[in-house]
Amino acid sequence: MKRIFAREEYCLGCRLCEIHCLVKHSKSKRIIKAFRREQDTAAPACRVEESGRVSFALQCRHCEDARCIEACITGAMHRDPTTGAVICDTERCVGCWSCIMVCPAGAVERGRSRQVASKCDLCMGEDTPVCVMHCPNEALVYEER
Amino acid sequence: MKNADIRYLILGNSTAAVGAIEAIRKIDADGAIVLIGREPRHVYSRPLISYLLAGEIDESRMDYRPRDFYARHQVDARLGVRALRVDPRLRTVRVTPVSADGSERNDATAEELRFETLLIATGGAPVVPPIEGRDASGVFTFATWDDADRLTAWIEKRNAQHAVVVGGGLIGIKAAEALRARGARVLIVEREDRVLPLGLDRHASSMAATALRDAGVDLECGTIIERIVVADGVVSGVTFHNGRESSCDLVVMAAGVAPDASIVHGTAIRVDHGVLVDARSETSVPGIYAAGDVAQGIDSLSGASRPIPIFPHAYRQGAVAGTNMAGGQATFNDAFAQNAVDVCGLSTISIGLATAEGGDFEVLTTEDQTARTYKRVVLRDGRIVGALFVGDIDRVGIFTGLIREKIDVTSFKHLLLSGRLGLITLPEGYRRRVVSGEAVAV
Amino acid sequence: MRKWLTQPDFIVERDVARCIGCRVCVRQCANAVHSYDDEDGTILSESDACVGCHRCATLCPTGAIAVKRAPLEFRDNANWTARAIRNVYKQAEGGGVLLAAMGNDQPFPIYWDRMLLNAAQVTNPSIDPLREPMELTTHLGRTPDRVEIEPRPGGGVRLKTRLGPQLKLDIPVMFSAMSYGSISLNASIALARAARAAGTYANTGEGGLHRSIHPYADNMIVQVASGRFGVDADYLNRGAAVEIKIGQGAKPGIGGHLPGEKVDAEVSLTRMIPEGTDALSPAPHHDIYSIEDLKQLVFAIKESTRYEKPVFVKIAAVHNVAAIASGCVHAGADGVVIDGFRGGTGAAPQAIRDHVGIPIELALAAVDTRLREEGIRNHASIIVAGGFRSSADIVKAVAIGADAVYVATAALVAMGCHLCQKCHTGRCNWGIATQDPVLTKRLNPDVAIRRLTNLLRGWSHEIKEMLGGMGINAIESLRGNREHLRGLGLTSGELQALGIKHAGVGA
Repeated sequence: MKRIFAREEYCLGCRLCEIHCLVKHSKSKRIIKAFRREQDTAAPACRVEESGRVSFALQCRHCEDARCIEACITGAMHRDPTTGAVICDTERCVGCWSCIMVCPAGAVERGRSRQVASKCDLCMGEDTPVCVMHCPNEALVYEER
Repeated sequence: MKNADIRYLILGNSTAAVGAIEAIRKIDADGAIVLIGREPRHVYSRPLISYLLAGEIDESRMDYRPRDFYARHQVDARLGVRALRVDPRLRTVRVTPVSADGSERNDATAEELRFETLLIATGGAPVVPPIEGRDASGVFTFATWDDADRLTAWIEKRNAQHAVVVGGGLIGIKAAEALRARGARVLIVEREDRVLPLGLDRHASSMAATALRDAGVDLECGTIIERIVVADGVVSGVTFHNGRESSCDLVVMAAGVAPDASIVHGTAIRVDHGVLVDARSETSVPGIYAAGDVAQGIDSLSGASRPIPIFPHAYRQGAVAGTNMAGGQATFNDAFAQNAVDVCGLSTISIGLATAEGGDFEVLTTEDQTARTYKRVVLRDGRIVGALFVGDIDRVGIFTGLIREKIDVTSFKHLLLSGRLGLITLPEGYRRRVVSGEAVAV
Repeated sequence: MRKWLTQPDFIVERDVARCIGCRVCVRQCANAVHSYDDEDGTILSESDACVGCHRCATLCPTGAIAVKRAPLEFRDNANWTARAIRNVYKQAEGGGVLLAAMGNDQPFPIYWDRMLLNAAQVTNPSIDPLREPMELTTHLGRTPDRVEIEPRPGGGVRLKTRLGPQLKLDIPVMFSAMSYGSISLNASIALARAARAAGTYANTGEGGLHRSIHPYADNMIVQVASGRFGVDADYLNRGAAVEIKIGQGAKPGIGGHLPGEKVDAEVSLTRMIPEGTDALSPAPHHDIYSIEDLKQLVFAIKESTRYEKPVFVKIAAVHNVAAIASGCVHAGADGVVIDGFRGGTGAAPQAIRDHVGIPIELALAAVDTRLREEGIRNHASIIVAGGFRSSADIVKAVAIGADAVYVATAALVAMGCHLCQKCHTGRCNWGIATQDPVLTKRLNPDVAIRRLTNLLRGWSHEIKEMLGGMGINAIESLRGNREHLRGLGLTSGELQALGIKHAGVGA
């Protein structure tokens, strides 16, 4: 399956990926409104890590062998049968945080509401995830490897 | 034998069974799978019973897998059927339907199922301390959906207002929280001197105790219940070891679970506390596997053989069993304790030897009293062997990964609790493996 | 002394109604114009350091940033322009040479914009390049005075004359000399790989050939300049051609100076100089004081490359350019590169950049005419450089007499350069003219290559359309065909220098 990969040698650390991820997962989908009004609910599922000269964006790796799916007590964390993406069904998640406990990438977070887990969904329904689309230096690529 | 041997026979209908079924079907698309489940229910999530009792979720959300799970995986699920006995020599299991009241029907309805491979995933059974009065009405265990239903019915029928929970471990805490959410006054009685003694150290435990008290749950630690006071066959209170009494109208027995290995006792299958398995989830009898709360394997951190009755473990052990049953190759040799417990809004995560101290262990801690956070990391020989996080649990899985992969953290030890730990601060080789998704391959 | 007379060039305006406080601008400005105030939770923009590179405005996800010319105006004075006054302030404060980068930005005439191309009507049909073959292939190098053929054993004929080494270009455009050191390795790699992809060549400048460019060396012209940095036999033989650099359009008569802080380990290795030392290219080659000296170097290089590589000589367009070019050809050059006064640089004294040299249009016409008159036009190709902006500029240059055109500024712009002219500071926000590792990674070569090849592809289509319009099906047929050009609004002296007629004058 296609996954998002960071080419850290070209990451600018601009964090546009985080910004557009938040917008994509906001209710309004409009950047100014999302930042002004929806900060309490919308959160990016993409995080730029930075240390000295090195930076890269990290999202859920959508692991082949996903610990979070195994650890999920409700079955909310599941693999989408068509895309292969690891998806958290927030209608079923009860916020037990087992996924956070087992994810070696630290790529699952408590959502802003602190009620359900929040993670990258590969922008379900989009050909290209918004973080990849908006990376000005193509330091994020969406491809099969 | 009229019937052909069953290619895969699975005893149990929970996490380990699902792990096995999903793993088998990745390799073998149509080998016959027969599943024996004692409860007449579609596979549901056992940890959710506390959420159900609390009224946080309705019954529709109890399913652990979609309703078409068995059909889609071509599983012949025989629910409401109990396995009575395993005969490893003849490779048969004797099963019998369970009647509506939970008792087995007479032996005439029993049948022998012949299997090629067998997975014992019968889970654990609640430990009920031998307290006088424990058979009275109003005394409950808390392990199944039926338990939750019975508690709900009792509370509604009796308008129960005062609950005593025997045991301040994981199950006791979740039961107490749920009962409190239903408006009951709750008293937890814990034999040890603190709650969650297995996963939390003294400090974290006191934070949990505070969270419980703030939520209106009373605690009595370091004491045991001598007797359940019964009036007309119904619970009316408890008497403590020191003679003090407390009235109540329901008691929940939450003193722990033990592997439910009764069906293999006396057979060639070796049992200690649980059914002994190797890293392939195989028992001492080839072709017979065990997984989940019923099994007993090696704790990779302590080296000891012991049951580790935790959810993620059950799934993986089941999946490893399933893979091997289907002719694949899989091993599971990085088992260690991992528990995520929310205590009345206070998130706690406890991994590995989280409470270890002294000896070879080096302990790092940090605390923020205003934010109500506490972190504790236990190292041995430059590697993390335990981690305990209270309040702030973001990205804790990074620690789990470091523990699992036995990464030497000496070079970035100072960052572990700095709040700046990220993948970027980890050794580059390990970081790249995690980012590319390789580190999590079986 | 406090620099209290110097005022900012630009003013950065933030539309607070659009700003979402995402701090992309703060993270992207290498000049620290934008800063985040933790206490107030606000972003401040201090215009003083703004160079007008538009990095912040380009990356701002809400378009909240505008960079405008500073509104502080001086009283109108045609002589004492704001630039003249500011330059005096700067020198009065610093006492040094004013440095500048990129090409001459002064409003001298641009003759490309005063020349118009022809098109075929009725009497000769125009050609549709999408339906009919159209040849842009160009060969650079010496061609023989005449060709002899001989019978091929077994029938037919074959060429008897031995041809000298030539470069074959799919489009008559190359990337001109930009050294690794003046630009980043990522930028150098992008140019090399784009040249390979587009079927043309890039030039190393005096930066040596970094090992990561070795795989693309077949598309590299290696330069030998006055500092001789990075030059050895291996270097000469790896390249497709060798270029001796005598002068540069942006700074004729001036050497080069790469400050020691830009000479990191990799630059040091590539230039073959100690790490951290200034790379000083002398103004002249200290072994060349005459055409005869030049000839010795040309043939020394030919010897060391076994006469398998064309050798070009690059000179700046100066007043006596035609005679100098002729001398270069007589010295054995297989190509003469003429760099006009609008050619760019990574750093040059502003006074030189803006006041020395002549426009490439005039230099080209003079050189082409001179070589024709001497009957040696076929001995060397003419390659022109210095501010070419578009396919039309290129077609006009070919019509005047150029074999090929070198572009550098256009290539940099394709890669993201915003012509802020601050290359010499080493703080290029676009990751091009810098060695700062935080900045160099801003230029992803994969992106840059795509943009460069797109540009060349676009130009290629346009050139074909223009040729077809003139009824020409090969760029060869336009070369030196000044009948296809007409001047507009030029004096008779200018027309004469360009060798073209005025618009309205028929054949």
